[in-house]
Amino acid sequence: MIELRNLTRHYGEVTAVNDVSLTVQTGQIAVLVGTSGSGKTTLLRLINRLVQPSSGQVLIDGADTASLPVHHLRRRIGYAIQGDGLFPHRTVARNIATVPRLLGWPKSRIDARIDELLALFQLEPAAFRDRMPHQLSGGQAQRVGVARALAAKPDLLLMDEPFGALDSVIRAKAQSDLRDIQRQLGTTIILVTHDIQEAVQLGDRIAVMDRGRVLQYDSPAQILTQPATPFVRDLIGPTERAFRLLSLTGIGPITMPGEAHGTPIARDATLRDALAECLWSGRDALPVQGGGIVTLDALRANAAQDRQ
Amino acid sequence: MIGRLLLALAAAFALAFLLSPTSFAVLFQPLTRNGAPAIYTQASLLRLTLFHLGIVALAVLISTAVALALALFVTRPVGREFLPLARTITTIGQTFPPVAVLALAVPVMGFGTGPTLVALILYGLLPVFENALAALTGQPAKVAEAARGMGLTPAQRLWQVDLPLALPLLLAGMRLTAVISLGTATIGSTVAAKTLGEVIIAGLLSSNTAYVVQGGMIVGIIAVLIHAGFQHLERRAARATGQTD
Repeated sequence: MIELRNLTRHYGEVTAVNDVSLTVQTGQIAVLVGTSGSGKTTLLRLINRLVQPSSGQVLIDGADTASLPVHHLRRRIGYAIQGDGLFPHRTVARNIATVPRLLGWPKSRIDARIDELLALFQLEPAAFRDRMPHQLSGGQAQRVGVARALAAKPDLLLMDEPFGALDSVIRAKAQSDLRDIQRQLGTTIILVTHDIQEAVQLGDRIAVMDRGRVLQYDSPAQILTQPATPFVRDLIGPTERAFRLLSLTGIGPITMPGEAHGTPIARDATLRDALAECLWSGRDALPVQGGGIVTLDALRANAAQDRQ
Repeated sequence: MIGRLLLALAAAFALAFLLSPTSFAVLFQPLTRNGAPAIYTQASLLRLTLFHLGIVALAVLISTAVALALALFVTRPVGREFLPLARTITTIGQTFPPVAVLALAVPVMGFGTGPTLVALILYGLLPVFENALAALTGQPAKVAEAARGMGLTPAQRLWQVDLPLALPLLLAGMRLTAVISLGTATIGSTVAAKTLGEVIIAGLLSSNTAYVVQGGMIVGIIAVLIHAGFQHLERRAARATGQTD
């Protein structure tokens, strides 16, 4: 469990982060979202002390991190940034090995870990181990960057706009892969983004920040249906809200018995996928793979329920 | 490819000439007057060349060590305010004429190799310092940020990230210093340092153009070879550090 208690950071007259307290449960993804200059990146960097807090505490599993030498703290916390930040003079394997080597892991354990992570990120170990960073595509470099951040099995992974440099097709894939890997490893993640869609897709909890303060820290559904302030509502984008909400829920709960025509929809599709398919193919009902149907009426009823 | 061939030919020619200078007498005969000797024989040209190279190598190593240490110091938080001072020192080292350095150093150090070494070291500081400074301050911000964020200590960042990435530019600085020093070292012979300058000076004193040309030619060919050698190393270092052009 990660606890931020009354974290504050001043730069002269400016208060970049103003009295922020929030708790991230072990194994959850918390997303810090806000416009540029909202203090989200500074807040992230306060956690691994790339920026020293003016006041306040960071607790990992109840222990105050201020008592640790800063480089020891950082070796326990994974850090992945936009545009990967890979060491250009080191192979993929050496990049991933960075923190394990600092921690003095035996070579056999490091090698095994490298191969395990490469496989996890769908990079064939034999082909990628000895490549140099400039021989990787943007998406591959980004995956290696995250693999490197996860190498020493950190208590916490901090990600600063990790997908910001990727084009939209690769980004969507990278996001869903991250979600899968996080589920698999149970890593606690705090991720910074300016993209509310990314926040809704990835976050168990979303913290909306503006001018150094956290305006609302809640589940995506709560943020979408009950924005705490006008700023939060504007950030969500009122016209997009319905679709974002639909993308949060799978079709499972509204699947009912019945028969329908046409191409079936996947069992793990979201309500948004189902709506899009209905509109696009001009159908009122869709068959679901493996049995059952989803109807336009059910989608509408579900949305009405969310509104209340 | 043609460049390499020319370099190899130049190297072969210089080597042959140094091993047996008198075989090339016919080449230099037209440059002499009144039956003066065409080839300098008061000392072995090979020995002079080796001395010359030794002085230059030592000077380049010391300049590099001093300039790199200076660049490292002024790029650390403690030394940042000394940057203008360091710049001034290295610039003065470059602008102060080496001949004047010799003149000032001889009364203190006596005749011989010492004053020449001092003049070359001062003269060679600037290229290495400026290149090292550019290399250390011009590194990608993301890489430095990642290194810090992963928990490398300042010393580890220096040895594992900053210096390896600075290597290609540092080598370029050493190349400039080496080439400058090769030419400048010749004036050391005015204060009795054993360099190829001895041949040139002997030629000037006796109005024997052949001596001047053979001394200058050897220095010139070696300078070109060293230049090419360093460039080769720079390219390799750039490839190894992923900074391919």
